[in-house]
Amino acid sequence: MDVRQVAKLAHLEITDEEVAIYTPQMKNIVAYVEQLNELDTSNVEPMLGGLTPEGETTNAIREDIPHQSLGQEKALSQAPSAVAGHFQVPKVL
Amino acid sequence: MKEGWEVIIGMEIHAQLATETKIFCGCATSFGHDPNTNTCPVCLGLPGALPVLNEKVVELGAKAALALGLEVQETSIFSRKNYFYPDLPKGYQISQYDKPFSANGILTIMTAERDEHGRAKEFKPMQIRIERMHLEEDAGKNVHEGLPDVDKFSYIDLNRAGTPLGEIVTKADFRSSWQAYDYVNHVRRALQWVGASDADMEKGNLRCEANVSVRKIGETGFRNKVELKNLNSVRFMQKAIEYEIERQIEAHESGEGVNQETRLWDEKNNKTRVMRSKEDAHDYRYFPEPDLQPLVVSSEFIAKIKSEMPELPDAMRDRFMQEYGLSFADASQLVLEKDLAAFYETTAKASGNPRVSANFILSELIRELNNAGKTATESPLSAENLAELIKTLDAGKINNNQAKEVLVEMFNSGKTADAVIKEKGFEQISDTSAIEKIVDEIIANNENQVTAYRGGNEKLFGFFVGQVMKASQGKANPKVVNEILKSKL
Ligand SMILES: [Zn+2]
Repeated sequence: MDVRQVAKLAHLEITDEEVAIYTPQMKNIVAYVEQLNELDTSNVEPMLGGLTPEGETTNAIREDIPHQSLGQEKALSQAPSAVAGHFQVPKVL
Repeated sequence: MKEGWEVIIGMEIHAQLATETKIFCGCATSFGHDPNTNTCPVCLGLPGALPVLNEKVVELGAKAALALGLEVQETSIFSRKNYFYPDLPKGYQISQYDKPFSANGILTIMTAERDEHGRAKEFKPMQIRIERMHLEEDAGKNVHEGLPDVDKFSYIDLNRAGTPLGEIVTKADFRSSWQAYDYVNHVRRALQWVGASDADMEKGNLRCEANVSVRKIGETGFRNKVELKNLNSVRFMQKAIEYEIERQIEAHESGEGVNQETRLWDEKNNKTRVMRSKEDAHDYRYFPEPDLQPLVVSSEFIAKIKSEMPELPDAMRDRFMQEYGLSFADASQLVLEKDLAAFYETTAKASGNPRVSANFILSELIRELNNAGKTATESPLSAENLAELIKTLDAGKINNNQAKEVLVEMFNSGKTADAVIKEKGFEQISDTSAIEKIVDEIIANNENQVTAYRGGNEKLFGFFVGQVMKASQGKANPKVVNEILKSKL
């Protein structure tokens, strides 16, 4: 378990001490979940789309008709920083 | 390309599907609104908001797939592609991964190498394997210019976030930049033809990326490849690939080597530059999107879409060659645009002269349309009126040069052929008795020439024709004049 890699992918900064703490903890979590591999699932179809009742296909689809959008003011109302109608973020490439 | 080397190219095209609303919410996809106006909890990625698939995306996706020779899959699933970027509010893009919407495409394109002036040599068919076309949502737009403190900040407009895209991925089947160029143009026209996408690169609703590597001829493995981005036109893409071929061969030969990386085309300096190196290569951790059910497409639905599909350009080109006796080049040019092809077919049928129809459209009409900046549907000269003009020409009432002049006037004024011909006084005299009268006069007035002609000076025939034409002010039908002169002399 490469905790540093996981932290990097999650955009988290962690210290060496934290790596020492989390590594065994995460190993335990993964080992716990891996118990599921003991079951033989070779004859079981993967369940895709967590809301689908088994064996049932439902038609969750909508027509191509515009709805009322939130608009700029509401869209930006939760932003930590908004300027000139835009979300403002630290400089990216 | 340098002797002994070959290039391997694979293409990825993102095409915006021409829907009214976004792929997973009802926000409008229309262009040019104030930033962040067309947004809602779903496309802003607010907690708890749930995506619902737009049925039009499935319809247009199926049309696009069929137009590209792909098989629409009965079941496909949406997956989350995880990465952080400010234009991606959820922290993941809803895309498709191991079960795409369509797969296993074989597409035949026409392609040609070009000479140093960019002129095509011989066009030949080539089969391209299209691995897949999957459905996904677009990200928002980053703004780096025109706003305060752009050295410290970037700005985000999420109007585009959630716009439906089809991502079309080929196998690495291309062996030259012009093959890639002809492929992108083929795809662009196919998508426009079936109405799946506006496919306009300038507006950004068609974007392409090229994966380019080189190897020595005879090698079976692949060397490091470079992903080329920021290719804002098909021509830039072709130039970027050419540049990259030279750069990579040089780097291999000097021993420096080629890094597996993403490079951008810098159109100001005509070169590619590094955007992202391998070290930052993404680990997207795809997993099935739990908020969406598998997309099931019935065979009835596919049958319905197939029945609604128009005849595709290549099939139409072949039919034009067979049915109307056109050359490959002429037929190809007529099917470059759907509107033009329809204009041609109407003209050909109404005039009863498909070849002259093709000539007039390809030389005269296209020139006038280009000058006026109009498309075939906007032509002030209708297909029906053009057909009338061609009939008038075929009936011998006007000659070819006059017909061309009449065409221009019809285009400019929108008038009918008859009206323009009358205005210009081009009506030819085909009435034999009128022409006979003129011929009799000419013969009576030129006794010396008649004697010489009958004595064997056949060159003088042209003199008589000239005299008759002059006497009729150019309106006598030359065919009829010839016939009458021959019989009377
Ligand atoms: Zn929305």
